[in-house]
Amino acid sequence: MQFLSDNSDLLWSAFLTTLSLAVVSGVCALVLGTVLAGMRVSPVPPLRGLATFYVEVFRNTPLTVVFFFLAFGIVEIDLQFPSRFITAVAALSLYTAAFVCEALRSGINAVPPGQAEAARALGLTFGQALRQVVLPQAFRTVVPPLGNVWIALAKNTSIAAGFAVTELTASLQRLANVNADQLLAVFAAVVAGYLVITLPSAWLIRVIENRVAIVR
Amino acid sequence: MSSSVLFDLPGPRARRRQRIGTVVGALVIAALVGLALSRLYVNGQLEPDRWAVLFDPASGVPQALWEGLLNTLSVAAVGMVLATVFGALLAVGRLSDHRWVRVPVGLVIEFFRAVPLLILILFCLLFLPTVGVPMSAFRALVLGLTLYNMAVLAEIFRAGILSVDRGQQEAAFALGMRKTQVMTLVLLPQAVRRMLPVLVAQLVVLLKDSSLGFIVAYFELLRTARSLVEFFNFSFGNRYTFQLYVAAGLIYIVVNVLLSTLAKYVEKRTRRSAKAAAVDEVELPADVQMGGGGGTVTKA
Amino acid sequence: MRSTRRIAAFAALGLTLAACSSEAGNQAAEESSAAPTVAEDVDFPAGSTMAALNEAGTITVGTKYDQPGFGLLNPQSGDPEGFDVEIAKLIAAELGIAEDDITWTETVSANREPFIQNGQVDMVVATYTINDARKQVVDFAGPYYLAGQDIMVAEGNPEGIEGPDDLAGKTVCSVEGSTPAQNIRDNYPEAQLTTYDVYSKCADDLRNGNVQAVTTDNVILTGLVAGSDGAFELVGNPFTEEPYGIGLALGDTDFRNFVNDVLEEAFEDGRYADAWDRTAGSITGEEAPEPPAVDRY
Repeated sequence: MQFLSDNSDLLWSAFLTTLSLAVVSGVCALVLGTVLAGMRVSPVPPLRGLATFYVEVFRNTPLTVVFFFLAFGIVEIDLQFPSRFITAVAALSLYTAAFVCEALRSGINAVPPGQAEAARALGLTFGQALRQVVLPQAFRTVVPPLGNVWIALAKNTSIAAGFAVTELTASLQRLANVNADQLLAVFAAVVAGYLVITLPSAWLIRVIENRVAIVR
Repeated sequence: MSSSVLFDLPGPRARRRQRIGTVVGALVIAALVGLALSRLYVNGQLEPDRWAVLFDPASGVPQALWEGLLNTLSVAAVGMVLATVFGALLAVGRLSDHRWVRVPVGLVIEFFRAVPLLILILFCLLFLPTVGVPMSAFRALVLGLTLYNMAVLAEIFRAGILSVDRGQQEAAFALGMRKTQVMTLVLLPQAVRRMLPVLVAQLVVLLKDSSLGFIVAYFELLRTARSLVEFFNFSFGNRYTFQLYVAAGLIYIVVNVLLSTLAKYVEKRTRRSAKAAAVDEVELPADVQMGGGGGTVTKA
Repeated sequence: MRSTRRIAAFAALGLTLAACSSEAGNQAAEESSAAPTVAEDVDFPAGSTMAALNEAGTITVGTKYDQPGFGLLNPQSGDPEGFDVEIAKLIAAELGIAEDDITWTETVSANREPFIQNGQVDMVVATYTINDARKQVVDFAGPYYLAGQDIMVAEGNPEGIEGPDDLAGKTVCSVEGSTPAQNIRDNYPEAQLTTYDVYSKCADDLRNGNVQAVTTDNVILTGLVAGSDGAFELVGNPFTEEPYGIGLALGDTDFRNFVNDVLEEAFEDGRYADAWDRTAGSITGEEAPEPPAVDRY
């Protein structure tokens, strides 16, 4: 336990880095993913095609490869992120957006077609039908899937450890190296850091799900 | 696609607008791609020699990448087999009548889905040997991948078992079968059959996650590409860096797209066959597709 | 039909590309390998590590895979090459183990101690600095080389960095778990330290301008400078002394003495200088250094 208090500064700042990575990327991914989902159900075929292409590419590419590409590849087209933290946020956001889009799309598809038909019969336009009828219902069914995407994102931030961001996993590697006799304590502390994010999130998702659930 | 009811078929004017929009959009995208290509060209990245290295056996690159791909595939394959076996066992345990089996098994599943995969792999690599378990990078990677995948697959199997028509179970009991027989002879075979497309789709996720091997120094595809970059850096600077990363990325995408296509094909076959009729569209949840175990909230 | 045609097109493209062979392919493997003579009929005290390794006929050695001149993986042969690798081969040969029977494992700075402690490797020869903190958990034979921490900057030294004190306020890259990184953290806290798992990523970041300097042992930097095509330069002002040792399991004094004996013999009979000339020396162009005195603590 002595060892934990000795390194509390490092662990705390690492935890904050992990949390901010997850939150910032989560917000960016939500925005980008919602736009993509809108494109995927839109009436304009090229938009649908573009969004489908985006999702397919990221669904089939390892996150690590995305990281590598943004960290060391895009220099060749003279692009550069100002810091490694932002590189990590970009990689996580771009990757996660594809799955936010998938979660939203399956939510939209889960809204019974009758709802959309009724909206159209009332003379609502595509935008109105989507915004006022379909999406509000879709958002309810997507609470658990979106929440799960968020939790998966929080765990995926660990990959940033390989790219010069001192978050929890990186601090684990540093501490494990110096305190080889304290391995178990190091692991316990770091795992606890992740659980502090994932478990309350899971609990919150269940609560919200129960609140907004529509009984059909 | 249910969303198609959201809009009418476009009329002539809308079609014209769309066409204009498409042309403009295509031009914008073409301009961006062109810009990127021109930057690459200016930086000399498009020189044929830089790409030829990927196909030139004398450089050792094609062989090394091929070997890296084989290493990736073997980790994924071994991990998949183990995860399927343990996943099925856990699913059965989760559905057990006995509380003392059900609850611990549930905890195991929850735990392995809540911890980042990278931490699991590092745990296997760094900690397990201290308690006398012999470890190599390959084993640590396989074990890490197995642990979280078995948790994910357990949930998928459980859903699959529950989706088998109740009548099947009742009929089996009526025939005088015991609990174990009902599970192993009636429920599991049908569940696995239904879940086959999802299993193939999960293989894509596993393949993606195997790229974490680069952190534990297992020479899978990505680490191999990295190693080639390091080797060539020494004699040629960053002459081949970009090309090698692009190659590794493209190989992943191609292999995964092939696997995804296979998954869709299997799904079509399963749905067509009479025995598995009335199967809902089975799809891997978005969070599970993200790799690393996805989220932790499961349907109660 | 369409897909076969597409495959054919791809194959044709591949063939065209393969036809114009690459620079990298042309330089492939002009091997200058002189395998050390493997000792035969060696006799070790029963129960010792040496006897066990000799009996097994194989040894697992941890080394770096990304350090030109010391330990760099050659993807064409699948084995690492460099000064550390040659030193390991010398020791293996004295154990009666041929170089083909050595199992190489990549050890990065952050996993050397755990690997030794867990017995995942029999020894680590990986630009491994002997220091007191590490002596708590592993044993060191050697040193066999004296390096010093130095700084590498971009061509022309745009930031005017002459020594560690100039790093204040600058971003500097090193590798997690290495002594230079710890040294910066402890003694130059005003420098902004970024860490990776391997030095080659630091080099990439210096090239990108993401960091302004890379710091670690001069020999490692020399290898990176040599491979940079003039993009990097060495400040050339070493400010620490880093004795490289061979990491062994803690408390195995017999094995440590044995390795020390082998090192001293190699220092004497020229095998040490020969190993240097064929590896690190061929990069730096420098003569083999005067071997340091082995420290039998």
